[in-house]
Amino acid sequence: MLIGKVIGDVVASQKAPSHEGRKILAVQPLNLDGSDRGEVVLALDAVSAGIGERVLLSTEGFSAMTSVGRPNSPIDSAVIGIIDEIDLISGAK
Amino acid sequence: MFLGRVVGTVVSTMKDAALKGQRLLVVQPLKPDLTETGKCIVILDAVGVGAGELIYWCRGKEASFPFLPVDVPTEATIVGIVDTINIPAAGAKA
Repeated sequence: MLIGKVIGDVVASQKAPSHEGRKILAVQPLNLDGSDRGEVVLALDAVSAGIGERVLLSTEGFSAMTSVGRPNSPIDSAVIGIIDEIDLISGAK
Repeated sequence: MFLGRVVGTVVSTMKDAALKGQRLLVVQPLKPDLTETGKCIVILDAVGVGAGELIYWCRGKEASFPFLPVDVPTEATIVGIVDTINIPAAGAKA
């Protein structure tokens, strides 16, 4: 799982039936220092996250599908948690 | 999933039997501000897209699930047509 920030959302009316009823969030994965980590990904929302929130991003199919409750569907990433706080031992990167 | 735009099609006669009847499309991956990122890829279509459309696609084993119960050998599939993109910070639009 990755730490990410929800930067927006995407609306699609014609899509895989298993995506119906779930928001599609644009999530920027982040490094621990808060800087951008790679490309923005589109993830289905399993926890009602909002724009600007720091979230837990799953980028693997099985966990993403399970969290959204749609097994055997074309979902490769999902927002599966909203992060309250991250505690680090000083020096961790 | 990732954003992309359909920029072409691929025709293949001799192919895996499970790929029969599937459309092979060339997609340019895009960033949320609709600038290009990375190189074009060939991917399958699960929603019936047209040329030039803004879409989002799924990668990995999950990309074959829209075609169940047939096990289609694909590593990337278009799973939705994008109507609008709402990124407040970047001001991006579809």
